[in-house]
Amino acid sequence: MSDMALNTPPEPGALELEEARQDNRSRWLLALPALLIIGCFATLPLLVMLVYAFLTPGDYGNVVWKFSTDGWVAVLLQRDIFDDTLMWADAHLSIFWRSLRLSLITTVLTLVFGVPTAWFIATRPREKRQFWLFLVTVPFWTNLLVRTIAIQELIRSEGVINLILLKIGIIDEPIQMMFTDFAIGFGMTYVYLPLMVLPVYAAVDKLDFRLVEAAHDLYAGRWTAFRRVILPLIKPGIIAGSILVFIPCLGAYVTPRVLGGGKNLMFGNLIELQFGAGRNWPLGAALSLTLMAIVMVALIYYVRVTSREREDV
Amino acid sequence: MSDTTLSGSKIETETVVPAASGKKAPKGYSVSTLPGFSIIAIFTFFALYAPIMILVLYSFNAGTSLAIWEGFSLRWYAQAAGNERVIDAAIRSLILAGSAATIASISATMAALATTRTRRFKGRTMIYALINQPLMVPEIVTAVALLIVFAWIKVMTGYTSLLYLVAAHTAFCIPFAYLPIRARLETMDDTLEVAARDLYASPMQVFRRVTLPLMWPGIIAGFMLAFVISLDDVVITEFVKSAGQETIPTYMLGQLRRVVTPEVNAISTIILVAGAVLVSLFFWVSRERR
Amino acid sequence: MPETALKTRPATTESETAVDVIGISKLFGSNQEIRALDDVSVAIRKNEFFTLLGPSGCGKTTLLRVIAGFEPPTRGSLHLGGRDISRLAPNQRPINTVFQNYALFPHMSVANNIAFGLEMLGKPKNDIRDKVTEMLQLVRMEELRSRRTSEISGGQQQRVALARALAPQPEVLLLDEPLSALDLKLRKEMQIELKRLQSETGLTFIFVTHDQEEALTMSDRIAVMNAGKILQVGSPREIYAHPSERFVANFIGESNFLNAHLSGNRVTLEAGGGTYEAVAPEGVADGKVSVLVRPEHASARPGEAAGEELAATVETVVYSGDATSLHLRLKTGETLKTKMPNGPEQSTAFGEGDAAAVTIAPGAVTILKD
Repeated sequence: MSDMALNTPPEPGALELEEARQDNRSRWLLALPALLIIGCFATLPLLVMLVYAFLTPGDYGNVVWKFSTDGWVAVLLQRDIFDDTLMWADAHLSIFWRSLRLSLITTVLTLVFGVPTAWFIATRPREKRQFWLFLVTVPFWTNLLVRTIAIQELIRSEGVINLILLKIGIIDEPIQMMFTDFAIGFGMTYVYLPLMVLPVYAAVDKLDFRLVEAAHDLYAGRWTAFRRVILPLIKPGIIAGSILVFIPCLGAYVTPRVLGGGKNLMFGNLIELQFGAGRNWPLGAALSLTLMAIVMVALIYYVRVTSREREDV
Repeated sequence: MSDTTLSGSKIETETVVPAASGKKAPKGYSVSTLPGFSIIAIFTFFALYAPIMILVLYSFNAGTSLAIWEGFSLRWYAQAAGNERVIDAAIRSLILAGSAATIASISATMAALATTRTRRFKGRTMIYALINQPLMVPEIVTAVALLIVFAWIKVMTGYTSLLYLVAAHTAFCIPFAYLPIRARLETMDDTLEVAARDLYASPMQVFRRVTLPLMWPGIIAGFMLAFVISLDDVVITEFVKSAGQETIPTYMLGQLRRVVTPEVNAISTIILVAGAVLVSLFFWVSRERR
Repeated sequence: MPETALKTRPATTESETAVDVIGISKLFGSNQEIRALDDVSVAIRKNEFFTLLGPSGCGKTTLLRVIAGFEPPTRGSLHLGGRDISRLAPNQRPINTVFQNYALFPHMSVANNIAFGLEMLGKPKNDIRDKVTEMLQLVRMEELRSRRTSEISGGQQQRVALARALAPQPEVLLLDEPLSALDLKLRKEMQIELKRLQSETGLTFIFVTHDQEEALTMSDRIAVMNAGKILQVGSPREIYAHPSERFVANFIGESNFLNAHLSGNRVTLEAGGGTYEAVAPEGVADGKVSVLVRPEHASARPGEAAGEELAATVETVVYSGDATSLHLRLKTGETLKTKMPNGPEQSTAFGEGDAAAVTIAPGAVTILKD
């Protein structure tokens, strides 16, 4: 009997199928700790938040377990205290507008400074590029708060910029730069610039310079060659960089808090407010999910752009 | 019409020819030069470092004022070193970053082993998506979501400790640790392990003697990235911490609301130096053996 | 002829089988739709230099991996010295591999690489040290023992890989295109070196290559593979002179395929000429057949054909130093290539379009299966 069993060949592929199944199981087991930690402390909380967005705010923060869509309504609208009519929540709208505007301005500014910088690095001799890339990367990995504080030092009333301008005599009185939209935009440009440089650099690095030479050969000047040949070729890198800058700007919290002060709120600060003085957790949850949805749309676009770029290569 | 363009192009060819054949010309014609780009780039590099340099410079200012230079002094470093709240926060930051980075790099190593060097298997894309999930959500959103969940647990159990912060930090450190480890594994030659198997090594021996030693640079790089990320975090820490659980970044953020003294500059400088050293090490480790 | 072929077989003909591959199939793909190995059976003898030869993708490397234990066969079994080893893990098989890219551990020295297998087998420290020294001497690498593997040249890496695989004294050594990464001169040197090592160690070598010349010069026996099947097994001379089918003939050396008529053991070419003696392989019946004639077995002289000669017209003359090749057109429209050695004088005065008379050497006509 047992001899028979040993001699019967296994079903075609049975051994491999079993092996593949075992391999799959052990792979899942190996990934499990990481998945559990992220699941419990990153993914699950988002789902809980989704539930909280549909509850009623408690009097002293937190929530009362009673279904309500008020949190969602309050994202855009507000109820008049006296006659209960709904109208646009102007305060929120102006904050959204500021977030959008400052994020766009920051993206444009990082483009203006980032593209030439990336170009500069990519056109250095190969052995020297590592050094220049390193120079861009180091600030990126150093503490975001510290870099924001550095900007604060620069633009405070008694800061270096005002000090110099006063010394030269261009101004008689310090310019108030702190706690303005300018301060936030300036700070975010400084802080997120490396996020623009790196993907654009990657695109320029891949650029076939023979194509540029061909453009020059066919009578294009430097600017025409840039506009008609280089720019279209590095466009994926530019789009990638723009999204990479735009996303964190939209959700920025530290930079607007330090440089914008209490008045010039952005999306992130509005969310925080609901969990602090606002005591409206469902609204905070709804705002968070709204922000997340916007970011997701941008991310999906980003993934599509970068994967298309990979296909091209 | 066609006549003029033709003659136009003819003239251009004539002018181009000597330039193209003139390889001995003193200055080569480089198509990679774009007017103004180098100037903007140099300015950008200057602008990236100038604010940090000013911050570092003022941390050595002898005076109380943030504006007027009153001579070199280590006074603010001494004050920070003597400030018990700073020391307390620094120790907490290091414990937090150390434990979060350790757990994160171990679990990221396992996850990287699970997801690389294999054909597409059922659920691999899902594992990828989950591991990278913390990167895709704005920090402030993760922070308030954790606030909600942890507030609930804290009320239920009455238990408040550093563990909440460790858990939160570990979760967002895993994708950062995973990145370099996975990259390392993917460039690793898997016939080496096949060879070890062929030479009578058991699966465990293969891992210990071949896979792990070859993975080390990646794991170290992953650990350092995770450590830096945890050390720098303000937003999530600010929302998750219980009373009295300040880390260095949240302590500094709190200080910014009050009268700012150069003490913050001194602490910033220390963080900057520590961060720069770690990042340089990271570069060095990940460039090794390439 | 089979008789002549038998004489060239090594003296080990009668010795026992080392590796017995019995009806092995290997299917890949999600629906098992890719047949990498299709019912392969072959007996590899002890102490022989056995070569698996075939184009890339023919299944030769898969067969090697099945023997080493890295791929479980879908069907079939594998015996080593009479023992079924189909279910053993690679680390439990007394078989070692020399990998195509050598797979030397970059984090270990040359000596540690060679010692690795012995350590895994739990050999005593002193024995390991002695064995490593012995192996280093065997491959003439004594002075490089403490070098990192990244610091030595490709040829040296090759030797270390060999020493590492030989150190545990396996029963069978598998070599997966080990010479393909080397330049021509080094490859020639290593071919000789490998032959030397094989005769010194007396091991069974199973060698995988797609290089026909390498296979012919080194092997005791060759198995020609295509599309997951072994087409023919035989000595280099058998394989070259008497390929069993068109693919084998085409893959090894240059070939002329001609239409012919078979009757008993006599072949008449459609293009004319005399009759030739040839043995029909199994399954080939009298009637229309195709036959192989190697270019160097056909010679031509200028002028009209007479007697048993074939009439042809010269289309191209190719001078290649040691020989001159003629591309001839036969009266049937078939083409025939001849290759004749050049003498010290100026080569024969063939011109394009000239008439030529072709003689095919006796025994040069091989009947093909298809």
